[in-house]
Amino acid sequence: MTPAIELSDVRKSFGATPIIRGVSLAIEAGTRQALIGPNGAGKSTLFNLITGKYPVTSGRIRVKGAAVTDLAPYEINRRGLARSFQVTNIFTRMSVFENIRCAVLWSAGYRYSFWHRISAARAVNERAETVLEQLNLTARRDVPAGVLSYAEQRALEIGITIAGGADVILLDEPTAGMSRSETEHVVGLIRQITAGKTLLMVEHDMSVVFDLADRIAVLVYGEVIAHDTPERIRANAAVQEAYLGVPQGGVA
Amino acid sequence: MSTPVATRPFAVAGVARAARVRRYGLWLAAAVVLLLLPQSVRTGTAIAVMNQMGIAVIFALSFNMLLGQGGMLSFGHAVYFGLGGFIAAHVLNMAGRGAIYLPVPLLPLVGGLGGLAFAALFGSFSTRRAGTVFSMISLGVAELMAASSLIFDKFFGGEEGITTNRSKAPLLLGLEFTRDRQVYYLIAFWLFVATLAMYAFSRTPVGRMANAVRDNPERAEFVGYSQHRVRFVSFCAAGFFAGIAGGLFAVNYEILTAENMGLNASGAVLLMAYIGGIGAFVGPILGAVVFTFLQSMLSDYTGMWLLYLGILFLATVLFVPMGLAGLLMLHAPVWRARRVGRLLGPYVLTGALGFVAAVGIIGLLEMVHFVAAGRTGTRRLFWLVVAPRTLMPWLGFAALVVAGAVGVRWTGPRAVAAFAEASRPGRP
Amino acid sequence: MFQLIFFSILNGLVYGMLLFMLSSGLTLIFGMMGVLNFAHASFYMLGAYVAFTVGLHLGFWPALVIAPVVVGLLGALVERQGLRRVHRFGHIAELIFTFGVAILVEEIVQLVWGRPAKSYQVPAALDFPLFRVMSSSFPAYKAFMLVVAVAIFAFIFVILTRTRAGLIIQASLTHPQMVAMLGHNVPRVFMIVFGIGSALAALAGVIAGPVLGTFPGMAQVLGSIVFVVVVIGGLGSLSGAFVASLLIGIVQTFAVAMDVSVGGALAAMGVHVNTAGALHDLWRVTIAQVAPILPYVLLVLTLILRPTGLFGTRET
Repeated sequence: MTPAIELSDVRKSFGATPIIRGVSLAIEAGTRQALIGPNGAGKSTLFNLITGKYPVTSGRIRVKGAAVTDLAPYEINRRGLARSFQVTNIFTRMSVFENIRCAVLWSAGYRYSFWHRISAARAVNERAETVLEQLNLTARRDVPAGVLSYAEQRALEIGITIAGGADVILLDEPTAGMSRSETEHVVGLIRQITAGKTLLMVEHDMSVVFDLADRIAVLVYGEVIAHDTPERIRANAAVQEAYLGVPQGGVA
Repeated sequence: MSTPVATRPFAVAGVARAARVRRYGLWLAAAVVLLLLPQSVRTGTAIAVMNQMGIAVIFALSFNMLLGQGGMLSFGHAVYFGLGGFIAAHVLNMAGRGAIYLPVPLLPLVGGLGGLAFAALFGSFSTRRAGTVFSMISLGVAELMAASSLIFDKFFGGEEGITTNRSKAPLLLGLEFTRDRQVYYLIAFWLFVATLAMYAFSRTPVGRMANAVRDNPERAEFVGYSQHRVRFVSFCAAGFFAGIAGGLFAVNYEILTAENMGLNASGAVLLMAYIGGIGAFVGPILGAVVFTFLQSMLSDYTGMWLLYLGILFLATVLFVPMGLAGLLMLHAPVWRARRVGRLLGPYVLTGALGFVAAVGIIGLLEMVHFVAAGRTGTRRLFWLVVAPRTLMPWLGFAALVVAGAVGVRWTGPRAVAAFAEASRPGRP
Repeated sequence: MFQLIFFSILNGLVYGMLLFMLSSGLTLIFGMMGVLNFAHASFYMLGAYVAFTVGLHLGFWPALVIAPVVVGLLGALVERQGLRRVHRFGHIAELIFTFGVAILVEEIVQLVWGRPAKSYQVPAALDFPLFRVMSSSFPAYKAFMLVVAVAIFAFIFVILTRTRAGLIIQASLTHPQMVAMLGHNVPRVFMIVFGIGSALAALAGVIAGPVLGTFPGMAQVLGSIVFVVVVIGGLGSLSGAFVASLLIGIVQTFAVAMDVSVGGALAAMGVHVNTAGALHDLWRVTIAQVAPILPYVLLVLTLILRPTGLFGTRET
């Protein structure tokens, strides 16, 4: 089966500084996976390479078997890959409903249409209302997104990501800065919306990672040092070393 | 929990129907007002001003498709107005010679297509970037066209411009356009159609994405839209409607000069849209009407009308960035709560004091103008006869400015507090 | 031919250095505050007018000092009372504000000094030909302009590279937040830079007024060109502004001096065009007539091909 995302020897340097140093990784379709690693390991950079925000220095990226290496973000998105951002990235002056609706438009086939009335686009509006209900944001429907609370904005951030119905979803620290109960709600939400889809997420909260992920990839200094099931990752010596600083072989 | 969900569709349908009735009612009322307006005035000057307003409204609305809805500040929007106008004028001349068949009522469409063609040309590269770079390219294009107008003499007609004659074109349904009043109905028709079309555009998928790209171009790319393409579509649409306004200008004035597409014309439309308020669809309409009215009124009394409009513009930028329409919309909740009465006192007081300060400023400026022009003796200012070369009127007007300004500083915050109190939701 | 080239280079240099006096302030302001100051050339115009009036009473030399000081203070006031207020609404709002200031200044100049051009003369002490080359002479005043411009260049260079204030300014160009964190009053630095930039523009106005004319449209004429210069040079880059100023200055001076038609020039290069065709207006135009367009063609090309400009590192 074709992997949902496939990286082959992807490298990225900013100036002379290598950030991603040869990552090869395959994310099987229909799985939930997490990308973890210490700060500065290059997790967000890797997301930005996969989604087309930055061009790669070398290497190839495939999404659902199709090469996307040099495509623009919007072209990659149209192939069914959507992402959220670590720092909330929403349409601040538009209403919550409009935020979601804009995220639905392209996938509903409206393209750059100026001959359709958006209020008559029934499928789009129904989909947007459904997503709002999933997010528990229906009551905030007509509020400008910029005035939402932090947790609500994070929920909207995820909503914009999934509204278009993409089947490969990348979430960048979806629970960052949230309280325990908010985190629990978001985890439930993620589980619900990614059923039957492919999820790759960057996350620092290990309870979330081990709760949600089928497999975990560990990125350290721009290299994937392990990619395995949660149990095996827990036992992995290299991972232990990366997080705990135990010298390899020192324990044995 | 289940009850509200079950009844919601009906409630929504009811609200939607009421909103629809209100919206269509508004358009219908606008159409009726446009039809009846000429009956309410006697003088030809009033008709001429209304024609000018109609053209300005279309132009300002098209400008706001860029600035308010797309986040693109153009310093060269008059290029598309002017080019549309020149093309329309040339086509009208051809129609007058019998070279082609084209009746006058369709001429604005020709202008629109001309504006669209050039917007597509210049927009292809200028919409690649937003923000300051877009503004600079628009300025560069405007200067490029201004300089080109000196070179392409045949098309732009040099200093005299291109003259045309609307009465020589073939008739459609026997409609003649010899008098201003007849032209008024043509302008009113296109004003209505263009306004409706621009309103509709803002409610289409690409119109909404224009807002999204304005707010956050990066995120728009991650929901499948190319920010360049979205801006390009908006830019072309704006060029099209600016061209329609230009075409109407050609019909109305029967002359176009390079000035009509110059930097000053582009600046004027920015002033109109901003004073009216770029955040609301009706903003530029209000702005264009107010601007044109003040311009035609002030130019009767003073040579410095642009100075006063400039002051009004800067005051808007500094103190009321939401513009007239934004200010009015801010009061919608107060109006709905029927609490306008409570604002009347503080507002009238502040307004009166502001008026006092304005009288003082105008008096001082007019006296500067008088003295700088080297004149002596007396002149009429408001209800007074003053001698600007004596000290007293200077002290008097300065006192008005100080008194008004100090007063507004004192009552202004009170008015704002009264507004905040009145707009607080809940029982009165 | 030698004479033409020699004087074109010299005149181009003078014009280019004048452009640099304006563009240096503009690019400093842009680099630090992200504000494209539409009113920059308005301060240049005010400098010329204030100097004209001061000159009537006190003569040229006091005016050379007083006008920039007055206009610099005015610039600081505009920053403090206006720009700072709209800052929170973003760069577009700031651009709109400075555009409004430009309109207002032009109107006020017309109000106070009237519409006709002022006969603002070159001071008598500098009103003599400095040297002659064949049949043409080079006026001493132009040499004086060159000297002042070079002095300003040296002044800015020394301030920026040799003083602590300069280091703060340079750091604010790239990392304004960090500079604020380090305890420097960035808003005050902004105000001072805005004031100094305005004063430099005014100084340019004082010395350009007698040569380029002192009239209400002088800000618009030069303002757009200065925009072109800072974009081509790269927004926020002083060295870029310097190179671009000279480039535009010399290109334009040369083009003005060329009395050859476009068709003729193309023919000289071996390209023959149908001069009777639809574009016949274009082919008959002389290079001199095209000169005003050239900067804008360069601007548009730069923005398309290299949006960061010659030396710039950032786009907006």
